[in-house]
Amino acid sequence: MNASAPIKHTQAESDLLERFDSAKEGLSGSVAVKALREAALGQIRDRGLPHRRVEEYKYSDLRAYMKSAAPLAGAADEAAARSLIETQDGFGDLDRYRIVVANGSYLAALSDVEALASEGVTLTSVAEALAGEMGTKLVAAPKTGPSDGVIALNTAFLQGGVVITVKSGVEVSKPVELVQVATAKGAQSVRNRVELGEGAKLRLLETFVGDTGEGELNTVFDYELADKSALAATRLIVSKTDAAQLFTTIATIGAEAELKSLGFIAGPQFSRNQQFINFTGENSEAKIYGVTMAGGKSLADQTLIVDHAVPHCNSREFFKTVLDGEAKGVYQGRINVAQHAQKTDGEMMTQALLLSEDAEMANKPELEIFADDVLCAHGATSGQIDEDLLFYLRARGIPEDEAKTLLVLAFLSEAIEEYGEDDVTEGLEARVRDWLADH
Amino acid sequence: MLEIKNLHARIAEDETEILRGIDLTINAGEVHAIMGPNGSGKSTLSYILAGKDDYEVTEGEILFNGENLLEMEPDERAAAGLFLAFQYPIEIPGVATMEFLKTAMNAQRKARGEDTLSIPDFMKRVKEAAGHLNVSMDMLKRPLNVGFSGGEKKRAEILQMSLLEPKLCVLDETDSGLDIDALRIVSEGVNKLRGPDRAMVVITHYQRLLDHIVPDVVHVLSKGRIVKTGDKDLALELEKNGYADYIDTAA
Repeated sequence: MNASAPIKHTQAESDLLERFDSAKEGLSGSVAVKALREAALGQIRDRGLPHRRVEEYKYSDLRAYMKSAAPLAGAADEAAARSLIETQDGFGDLDRYRIVVANGSYLAALSDVEALASEGVTLTSVAEALAGEMGTKLVAAPKTGPSDGVIALNTAFLQGGVVITVKSGVEVSKPVELVQVATAKGAQSVRNRVELGEGAKLRLLETFVGDTGEGELNTVFDYELADKSALAATRLIVSKTDAAQLFTTIATIGAEAELKSLGFIAGPQFSRNQQFINFTGENSEAKIYGVTMAGGKSLADQTLIVDHAVPHCNSREFFKTVLDGEAKGVYQGRINVAQHAQKTDGEMMTQALLLSEDAEMANKPELEIFADDVLCAHGATSGQIDEDLLFYLRARGIPEDEAKTLLVLAFLSEAIEEYGEDDVTEGLEARVRDWLADH
Repeated sequence: MLEIKNLHARIAEDETEILRGIDLTINAGEVHAIMGPNGSGKSTLSYILAGKDDYEVTEGEILFNGENLLEMEPDERAAAGLFLAFQYPIEIPGVATMEFLKTAMNAQRKARGEDTLSIPDFMKRVKEAAGHLNVSMDMLKRPLNVGFSGGEKKRAEILQMSLLEPKLCVLDETDSGLDIDALRIVSEGVNKLRGPDRAMVVITHYQRLLDHIVPDVVHVLSKGRIVKTGDKDLALELEKNGYADYIDTAA
């Protein structure tokens, strides 16, 4: 390692160092966890927030975007959290269990603890677990590439979250919504862990309600799928906030297991949904979908690395992006196939629809293959709305705006329909329409 | 119903002149056939009527029930009762045919200040019209025109026409790509829609379609002008002698 000169801190970086000094007494954790927090903060202190000269953040310069860093949100008011969840719920009649993380901490009082327990699902507070033996395991981020800056930020300020453990063989009967709430302004740094026992099945819906003001929202999900388990995770990053929306998935997939995920982004000024998918057992599958809508001067980034470390696994990545105004979309997808990971089948596609002249899409699909008996493909397209299609719809009496809406919905629905989970995703059409109505 | 006066038009992109002074009057209840060789401007005329902005009108006017058609947007024209059956119906992935039909019918009703259709009412209309045209429910569930055969696409066009109940139907080479049976089904669908309040413009290369959809008036279009107008016998004469006589006349 080269020693480099100390960097000149931005306002946000100075704010973060100050935030740490004032918050560290209150941040929980064993001695080992505290050391990990210090190390993570050291990374921010030494290298700054991730910026464009860091390859992984070339198109999404968080350092330039964050003008300041607000303090962490204080403890949540239970009644306020309940009311936000009730009034801002976007899933209407969807029959589901609910788990609440409010202002960065697991809120058992609003979570369906008993009903989930009766199905074989236990919930553990991350804030409490950090103090115990499990602490370092929760904070350690295996195989995420060299010290990701967003994860470091998450670790340094980690407030809490929830560990969802599904017992072996249990197929949870209803979708589980993990709703993250902000009852007060302030940054949130949350880590949730989902542990599926052998043969367990879970459908997870990850949502957010409230307003963090100028405080960034930094949430890490750590999925661990034991053999023969299956997880379908639908993540909604939907809000009109200026606060940076930073989401990370770290997934470890055992043998004969299946991970399916949809990352749905609409509205924030700056968002990054990054996923690190690791196969550790054979004959498994990961299907990763992305649906992104960005307008104005916003930036939306979907980044993923799929690591085929073992043979006989399939991965499918299908990402759709719609951009308007001067928005910028980023897709970085990388499939790594290790030398002995024979019979890997990887297929990656990213497609962008640009509704304006000034919108910009950065598509960066990458394959790194060391095995010689694999099937891997990738494709990337960017285009505008087809005028012939638009004319046909208008010639049938459909006004221009509605015709464009139909075509955008059609474009995005290809990924949503392939993802499936119809009961959960049927409400997304309304969100696409809402977004289009705003642009 | 439709009055075209001294219409001149060119391709917007390269300014190639296509229509060179068309005069045409069509009254309610009439079926006019427009025939002519390739490149005579038949399809251009149909696109200009529907409002495609690839073409530029340089002279003349079009009145549709007394209104200046050229000032209307394509969707306004449709809501006012103009329907173009496309020569090449466009495939629209991701938009289910049924959903498209409902959106189009309700958009036109809304534009005219009428109530939107209830789901049962809509379904009843679709089922009835689809039955006549041999369009299956399976087809209606598929994305619009995607994977449809040539015949299926044309039947889907006529289905849309039946449901939208336009005042003026413009059929652009609806016979192209159809076998005998499909031609019969499509023609029956079109004939069903003939009525005293409705006019039709049938654009075709061949007389064959006009055996099924018998026109009141036949026009010959050549090099952007109508060079001859007659009754249905004109079509028979063209079938026998070809367009050579009229091309010379125009030149």
